[in-house]
Amino acid sequence: MAKSRIVEIDPVTRVEGHGKVTIHLDEDNNVDEARLHIVEFRGFERFIQGRLLWEVPVIVQRLCGICPVSHHLAAAKAMDVIVGAKHLTPTAEKMRRLMHYGQIMQSHVLHFFHLCSPDLLFGFDAPVEKRNIFGVIAEYPELAKQAVMMRKYGQEVIQVTAGKKIHGTGAIPGGINKNLSIRERDALLKDIDQMAEWARGALQVAKNYSVDNLSLVQSFGSFPSNYLSLVREDGALDLYHGNLRAINSQGRAIFDQIDYQHYHELLVEDVRSWSYMKFPFIKKLGRLDGWYRVGPLARLNNAGFIDTPEAAIAHQELKAVTEGKPNPTSLANHWARMIELLHCVEKIRELLLDPDLQGEDLVVKGERQEEGVGVIEAPRGTLIHHYRVDKNDQVTFCNLIVSTTHNNEAMNRAVTKVAKQYLSFQTKITEAMLNHVEVVIRAYDPCLSCATHALGQMPLEVELYDADGALLDRNSQHIK
Amino acid sequence: MTTETTITFTIDGQTIEGRAGQSIMDAADQAGIYIPRLCDVEGLHPQGSCRVCTVKANGRSTASCTQPIEEGLEVENETRELRNYRRDLVRMLFHEGNHLCPICEASGNCELQAMAYRLGITQASKFPYLQPVRPLDASHPDIALDTNRCIRCGRCIRASKDIDGKHVFGYVGRGIEKQVGVNGSKLSKTNVSIEDYAISPDVCPVGCIIRKGEGFKTPIGARKYDQSIIGTDKKQPGN
Repeated sequence: MAKSRIVEIDPVTRVEGHGKVTIHLDEDNNVDEARLHIVEFRGFERFIQGRLLWEVPVIVQRLCGICPVSHHLAAAKAMDVIVGAKHLTPTAEKMRRLMHYGQIMQSHVLHFFHLCSPDLLFGFDAPVEKRNIFGVIAEYPELAKQAVMMRKYGQEVIQVTAGKKIHGTGAIPGGINKNLSIRERDALLKDIDQMAEWARGALQVAKNYSVDNLSLVQSFGSFPSNYLSLVREDGALDLYHGNLRAINSQGRAIFDQIDYQHYHELLVEDVRSWSYMKFPFIKKLGRLDGWYRVGPLARLNNAGFIDTPEAAIAHQELKAVTEGKPNPTSLANHWARMIELLHCVEKIRELLLDPDLQGEDLVVKGERQEEGVGVIEAPRGTLIHHYRVDKNDQVTFCNLIVSTTHNNEAMNRAVTKVAKQYLSFQTKITEAMLNHVEVVIRAYDPCLSCATHALGQMPLEVELYDADGALLDRNSQHIK
Repeated sequence: MTTETTITFTIDGQTIEGRAGQSIMDAADQAGIYIPRLCDVEGLHPQGSCRVCTVKANGRSTASCTQPIEEGLEVENETRELRNYRRDLVRMLFHEGNHLCPICEASGNCELQAMAYRLGITQASKFPYLQPVRPLDASHPDIALDTNRCIRCGRCIRASKDIDGKHVFGYVGRGIEKQVGVNGSKLSKTNVSIEDYAISPDVCPVGCIIRKGEGFKTPIGARKYDQSIIGTDKKQPGN
């Protein structure tokens, strides 16, 4: 009698951090279940305890080398609450917003071009020798150059607001530690038109992919779900600040305009033995039905409109595909991500022209609080930082729900769906088949470890085991 | 009795004049020659504990902050051998404590970090990290003490005793266990004040004494050692 098998993708490549996928095949080679395992353990929530409150935004950003600004700002927003800074000065809030838009710009560009474009430009089953960033550089050199230059620009925005391109110190409890000099402003303004043009081009690439491959996009890892994000008080997309909104698969509100200080009354985190990543769900819907998605597509599903002109039109075009209903696909995340890229460039331009950025009033304080929550829309989705601080200014409690954690259940479902579609009843499992599983994971831009130390060789190992756990076959390759 | 007798000696072959009773370091400073240091700071009595200022005087290793000058003394300062000694001394300070520069509010203003950069210490060294477990005393409303970052330079001890007249800080323990402690069960039980000279940013060379709420207020680029190397000569020595 044939035995069941487990196929592992370990590690998943072209994502931030380390994770692996196990695909369980029964004796008929039918995919029984697939899981995305997060195999790294970080422990930030524990070792931040005892540290001083103003250190927190600087320490916790070390979670990530790609989106440190998100952690830096979410922690700073929580500490704003703790130091009683109810309203930041215009200079402080706009400097932080500028930092954030620069961060999302560089992160979205990195993800779309460096990590995902090989799949989209060459096909999911293109030869692996070609299906990588070097293949993109060889065949689409202009696009590759634009990707590098746009990412550089985003990093420069971060540098002038945070002090460094990676792991800066700009945001402090109650405000910011610098304003934007005229020299810094003018250096960025010089290239903003070029950035807008390239962002439009990137959006066109992503949109064309979704339109030209409509049936693939609609079927590939597509399923109904709930969606969660911040929205502005008027329902607009707001990546820096707002209230919590969750909608169901039909677009109806589960909750709306909830102050995120009360997030813990709405969301619960479930733990499963096979992953270090938790599984959050909406409390009132329960464990089985309460899971949801976050990230670019969830944000654009949730937002009533976008307040920058070009991104607003692009948003309407995206919504038209599903006639205004939430878009249930995984791959349309790329389209949504590039709409957000254009939105960020428009916002950066708007802020650079705002004289408030040259203001001198940088920090405010008020009545001290013991507890604070900071929430921000990070590149990958809603990011929640929650702290308690004692009278000595020392952290006593920390809870972080990072964007990828929110998407945990959705990614597992997407992995299972794609694995069932492409791997079931196959006698020989190829690298190209397995790449389909990775493609759907990449659509969510997961940041599996936040700041992984994975440098140099990135091995992709596929191992086949029989039901007794004996290794049957191994196929590995290395991308340097 | 004060003497004004002039003493002539050499540092790295350069002839220097100093006053009798002056230390090698004082005379060098007066002549515009920088000798690296951590436990010595202007305004406090020299202690000679960090040994980073070690020079060779007539071929014998000695702490230049405490060693008086002598007529005809031949002092070696910037030699390869001494730079290597200093590198090892500074490296050992990093390895004895928990110095996490990327998350430390003293980064950019820290003399230990700046000295490491001056000496070209840019990577982990041969010594094991001791990773001691030390508490953070944040009991005082204005001041915190994070002895994870202490290098036992004693500057706070001397400043509190000699300038503030308070004896807030002192050494406790012996040998490798020797630490800076406070004159009370915790900082809030002492008579320390944020106005004390011992608490001023000039005294603690690292991020051990923390003025609460001031961390990270100076942006990167405007911190003390962001633009220049530690030392009056403002230049990095050779290997």
